[in-house]
Amino acid sequence: MKTTDSTPLRDKVAYLGVFLALALICSYVESLIPFYFGIPGVKLGLTNIVVVLMLYCVGTKEAFAISMLRIVLAGFLFGNLFSILYSLAGGIFSFLVMYLLKRTGKLGVLPVSVAGGMSHNIGQIAVAAFVVENINIFYYLPVLLVAGIITGLLIGVAAQEIILRIGGRLKR
Amino acid sequence: MKKRISRNDVIFLVILLTATAGVLVAYERTVTRADAGASASVRVTVDGSVYGTYALGEEQEIPIVQDGVTTNVLTIRDGKADMTEADCPDKLCVHQKAISKNHEMIVCLPNKVVVEVTGSEDNGFDSIAR
Repeated sequence: MKTTDSTPLRDKVAYLGVFLALALICSYVESLIPFYFGIPGVKLGLTNIVVVLMLYCVGTKEAFAISMLRIVLAGFLFGNLFSILYSLAGGIFSFLVMYLLKRTGKLGVLPVSVAGGMSHNIGQIAVAAFVVENINIFYYLPVLLVAGIITGLLIGVAAQEIILRIGGRLKR
Repeated sequence: MKKRISRNDVIFLVILLTATAGVLVAYERTVTRADAGASASVRVTVDGSVYGTYALGEEQEIPIVQDGVTTNVLTIRDGKADMTEADCPDKLCVHQKAISKNHEMIVCLPNKVVVEVTGSEDNGFDSIAR
C-alpha cells in the first residue's frame, strides 16, 4: 500500500474528492438505467470499478472511505434509508472479502472482483433476512450468487483494463 | 504488460463456480419447483409475524394494512399471486413476477412484507419458521 501521508492534506482531499465524484457519477448512471433482471436487488455495481481501482492503485483506507461515503451520499441522493442499510451491509462485507483476498498477494483483479460481487449480495441478503425476520428469504441466495459472479466478472474486466492502462499514473 | 489472468486466478474462479453450482444443486433438491397446485396458498408475513394465509384457487384482492395504512395490495388471479400496489418509492415488489410455485416469494423490504407460496405438502422448514 502506498502511503500518501507525506503529501499535503489539501492535495489528498482534492485527490480523493475526485474519486468520490467519480463513484457518485457511477451511482447516478446506474440509477438512470433501469436494470431489471427479474430479481429485486440485482444491480451491475458500476461503482465497484472505482472501489477496485482504488484498492489496487490508491490504498486500502482510501478505498474504504470512498466506498462508505459513496454509499451514504448516493443513498440520500438517489435512494432511501433502506437502500443505504442494504448497500452498507453489502459494501462493508464485500470490501472486507476483496481486501483479504487481495492481501494474499496471489490473486489478480478478476477473482477479487468476482468474490466482491458475490459477497456483496450475501451481505445484503443477510440484512434483508434480518429486517423482514424471515429466514426463508435465503431462497434467493443461489440466484444472487450467480448474479454476483456475472456482475463481478464484468466489473473485474473493466477495472483490470483501467488499472493496466492508467493505474500507474494514479499511484502517488 | 502485466498478464491479465494467472493460474491462481483460474483455480480460484473454478472453486467459486463449483461452490455456487453446489449451492444451486442443494437448492434444487430442497425447493420443489413443481406448481404448487390448486390446494396451494400464499402466506403473508409482516415483520416476521403471519398476517394471513390465502388460497391461490380463488381470485381475490388482499390489502395489507399496517398501522391503519394500506402499504401493499396483493392480487390473486389465475392461481397466481402478484403484488399490485406498494407505497414504497422503488416498487421492486410490484415489478416482480406473479408467483405460483412452491416456495416462490415476493418480498417488500421497506414494508417488511413477505409473500410466500406454501404447497399442499409441508416440509420441516415451514413448521419451524411458523
